[in-house]
Amino acid sequence: MAIECLVLGAGQEVGKSCVVVTINGKRIMFDCGMHMGYSDMRRYPDFSLIPKSNCSDFTNSLACVIITHFHLDHIGALPYFTEVCGYNGPIYMTYPTKALAPLMLEDYRKVMVDRRGEEETFTSEDIVECMKKVTAVDLKQTVQVDKDLQIRAYYAGHVLGAAMIYAKVGDAGMVYTGDYNMTPDRHLGAARIDRLQLDLVITESTYATTYRDSKYAREREFLKAVHNCIAGGGKVLIPTFALGRAQELCMLLDDYWERMNLKVPIYFSSGLTIQANMYYQILINWTSQKVKDTFTTRNAFDFKNVCSFDRSLITAPGPCVLFATPGMVSGGFSLEVFKQWAPSEQNLVMLPGYCVAGTIGHKLMSAKIPTQIHLDQDTRIDVRCQIHQLSFSPHTDAKGIMDLVKFLSPKHVMLVHGEKPNMATLKEKIRSELGIKCYDPANNETVCIPSTNYIKARYSDAFQESSLCPNFKFLKTSSRQDFDSVNSHMRTKPFLQVCDDRMAEGMLTLQKNQNPKVVTQNEVMTSLGLEKHEVKFDHCFPVVYVANSKISLLKQLFERLVQEFPDLNMEDFPEHLQIQSFVVFVCSNEECPHRSEQKKCDAVYCCCSWSLADEKLAWKLISVMKEFRG
Amino acid sequence: MEQSLVVGCPCIADVKDCLTKVESLKYAQEACYNGTLIVKASSSGLDIGSCNWSITGPNGTIIYVSSSLCMSSTATSFDYKALQRSDVVLYSDFSSCNTTDKFEDGNNSSGTAASNFSNISDDAVDLEASFTLLNNDEYMEEIEKLDFICSCSMDSVKSRGSVLIPIGRLGIILQLLERFALGLESENMKVPIFVVSSVAEELMAFTNIIPEWLCKQRQDRLYSGQPLFTHVEMLKDGRLHLFPAIHSLELLTIWQEPCIVFCPHWSLRLGPVVHLLQRWCKDQNSLLVMEEEVDANLALLPFKPMAMKVLQCSFLSGIQLQQSHLLLKMLQPRYVLFPEVLKRHVTPLDSFDYYSENEKLHIPMVKNSELDITVEVAVQLRYTTLKQQDTNISRLKGELLMEQGRYLLSVGDNQVCSETETKPVLHLGRIDLNVLLVALQKMGMNVTVEEARGDDGLLTASLVHVLEPNKALIKVTDVQTLISTADENLASLISQAVCTNLDCI
Repeated sequence: MAIECLVLGAGQEVGKSCVVVTINGKRIMFDCGMHMGYSDMRRYPDFSLIPKSNCSDFTNSLACVIITHFHLDHIGALPYFTEVCGYNGPIYMTYPTKALAPLMLEDYRKVMVDRRGEEETFTSEDIVECMKKVTAVDLKQTVQVDKDLQIRAYYAGHVLGAAMIYAKVGDAGMVYTGDYNMTPDRHLGAARIDRLQLDLVITESTYATTYRDSKYAREREFLKAVHNCIAGGGKVLIPTFALGRAQELCMLLDDYWERMNLKVPIYFSSGLTIQANMYYQILINWTSQKVKDTFTTRNAFDFKNVCSFDRSLITAPGPCVLFATPGMVSGGFSLEVFKQWAPSEQNLVMLPGYCVAGTIGHKLMSAKIPTQIHLDQDTRIDVRCQIHQLSFSPHTDAKGIMDLVKFLSPKHVMLVHGEKPNMATLKEKIRSELGIKCYDPANNETVCIPSTNYIKARYSDAFQESSLCPNFKFLKTSSRQDFDSVNSHMRTKPFLQVCDDRMAEGMLTLQKNQNPKVVTQNEVMTSLGLEKHEVKFDHCFPVVYVANSKISLLKQLFERLVQEFPDLNMEDFPEHLQIQSFVVFVCSNEECPHRSEQKKCDAVYCCCSWSLADEKLAWKLISVMKEFRG
Repeated sequence: MEQSLVVGCPCIADVKDCLTKVESLKYAQEACYNGTLIVKASSSGLDIGSCNWSITGPNGTIIYVSSSLCMSSTATSFDYKALQRSDVVLYSDFSSCNTTDKFEDGNNSSGTAASNFSNISDDAVDLEASFTLLNNDEYMEEIEKLDFICSCSMDSVKSRGSVLIPIGRLGIILQLLERFALGLESENMKVPIFVVSSVAEELMAFTNIIPEWLCKQRQDRLYSGQPLFTHVEMLKDGRLHLFPAIHSLELLTIWQEPCIVFCPHWSLRLGPVVHLLQRWCKDQNSLLVMEEEVDANLALLPFKPMAMKVLQCSFLSGIQLQQSHLLLKMLQPRYVLFPEVLKRHVTPLDSFDYYSENEKLHIPMVKNSELDITVEVAVQLRYTTLKQQDTNISRLKGELLMEQGRYLLSVGDNQVCSETETKPVLHLGRIDLNVLLVALQKMGMNVTVEEARGDDGLLTASLVHVLEPNKALIKVTDVQTLISTADENLASLISQAVCTNLDCI
């Protein structure tokens, strides 16, 4: 049995996350994203690699699709996959993701079709139909997808409703993290997961080699930049996606506005984002504890200083802050406003931390102000405004990844969603520091690892009882340590140590056409009607001993043997010595049938018996005794 | 009087302290107690957050079925699929104790056929279909009841009377609120609705942030971008007002009659309801809506003579007897425990019993317990095929762990040296003397045989004397073989020959 991972996207890159994992024959698709950097079919994962030869369609090839969060690089290809490719099986995502994903998809579709004039790969109806097939899940809920497959979502931070997914088939378990954040931010908590028995963890690695300090300093920096701009009468443009970052920044600003008693309007560019705020209000249980605790008195997403925007306000005088979609200034309304506001030195454009190559945002990141940006051959924009780049990201840093992997301690780790050279560094680190096998496959590559499988056996009550019985061992420490006045605070080793190492011992029986069964030794004999047959040895031989010695022979032998075999547990009884099954006593029977050697002078016969298990030991003991001179 | 002197009335600090000890769970979340028991809740549909429980241990699964509602228009529906294939069902829905129906086969055509829910004679699909049908009827009835309350209330309000609703069930309150909003709107009336309770504000805010705990229709409102309940909008536009107490200053300033008031307590002895009843009990246009479970004669005694109209309504609060039979058929438990009080309603089933208070019951269980063996343990197994039977057998050793309610046999920490000591310790069977002699001779030994007889002349042992290569004596009985020799190598050879004659494990 094995786990097979086919990476359809986000292999050694960021974008179009999609991994198809086969656990003990069950195939699960984790995420179904699209790549923002392409506008041809390369934007989607290569779904044609999914069907196995024996079934041609996607529905029969996959047990289910699981989406971790609503970002387009994790869900963007889903309507295409269900409505155009025809996948009709179960789809799982968390409640917030199900509520917010259609907004993201529709927003993206509009930008593609209505504004860029590209041919659409799915329609609005496709989005609606696709979302109807989605089953929403709550965190920690154990969902039984089918007889063998169980899945469970854990809190991942990152964005509202982001989840890490645990999947279990039989005895094999794995976790797909999606994007996650190991430190809490303004509105979301940190990722949380149980300690699980895992064969594989597939983790994102956006910041595979970055270590970040506290977030608060960077938040202050952001607020200062905004405040400086509006104090100088400038306008602040914050191009963001409708969901997630917009709400987080808005919480920051709304809070700051209250504290500083600012009256400058904050605008949201479209009804869409205002509507999104309402989703956030209902889904407040998915935010951080702090936000949750205050919801009755004031819902933190009920922004006081936010007003809705009107197109005429673009050219209105006076300072303002505007959130406009899409992020990265890749087109649409944010580009329209950018064109108007960029030429003025007073204004500020707040860029997100990461911009895909090819977008205006990406060009601005590396530009020196003032500059000119070419939109197309005829249009160029004079950029004289200030550019500020947000430096906080909802992704975990390298320490967070290492912490999570260490916490989960899986047998294997696979890295996705990162940049190739950094991933290679992290992979090496996981291998060397944690001693866990690690992989970073490229797109369309397959990684195969073994999976855990237990052997199932029935067991008898007697076996269970016997293994729960205490199994005390008394260990004598070799010598009692003398009390040292200097070290008297140290705990002295006790003279006798009592251990209770319970060992389950029994018999595994295999009978034709029956499940294996674990029973006790006695049960085997009675059920099979077999009797125990002992194989024992006997040997009677002379030991040199001066009879008038004050100490008895057995006592002397005992001391000699203890000296020779200090590790063995020996017991001395008045009439005999016992070492495991080996028993020795002084033989007074002149006719003893086990005698084979002639008596020497000053010797006494010792009769020994032992069972097969202690055969080697017995002969060692005997040879010591034969050399003994009492 | 000091509060702590009131028996059975814990102070708020006690309540809070108690709740800090409570671990909250989601539906279908597995909580593991002590590694042994997995406790899981599933929706019962009665009200928001109400649940049935399943407890799974190494010896089976027990289901606790509390009062359940198959269809709900606020809370998550009854999740009966989560209760399927258990070992024991503890049936604890007492809601039908007072009914006169008999608990019997819902399928009338099959008459008194002895029912055995552990074998699925009925088509599972049919069962589910008829179950859903029953639920649908029941659901429609509930809707009609609510509509009736609403229309009665509208009549009262139209005739300038007020409506007082001291009902405690949250689901009913939320549904009535929505119906009133619609009703008032269609009549084009502006009548304020008040909810007077110390927890009103928190409750209304809370109900709007728990989509995961609501029925499908409510969740669809989330997906279409609406608040989960209309009361959010009603609060915003001033149709609905929430007050912690009847003496709230703000309430007195905006109070107007007629109005509709939701407030505690259903007993009519505590809370704002007492004051409002006194105010309205002489008004023949006003309306009091109460649940049928309350003894109206007794409850209304202090307010008599009453001119106020009283509407008593019984809402579903559990599984109907007719449904419970279908339900048990679908759940297919091995054993069912019914409350003693339901005895006269229950037609005897195959594997069942009655329970009553403070009485211990023994449940006969035939359960094949299973454990998991890790591969690491399994590779250490050395199988022996027994001589007579068709059985392979191996000595098994490891550490028995309990994980998630299952036993796991894994390689223990101090079991490193086990690889070396694979020597058999158990020998089964009897020695066939002739076979032994042949084996010894094959090893090049020169042997003679002597029979040892007891006083009664019966054979007690066979004595095999080995003369070459060295001297040895082998005494063979039914249960023991005794080898005595001074030669270590010879002893070892003989024991090998003996072992080939036995089953060694």
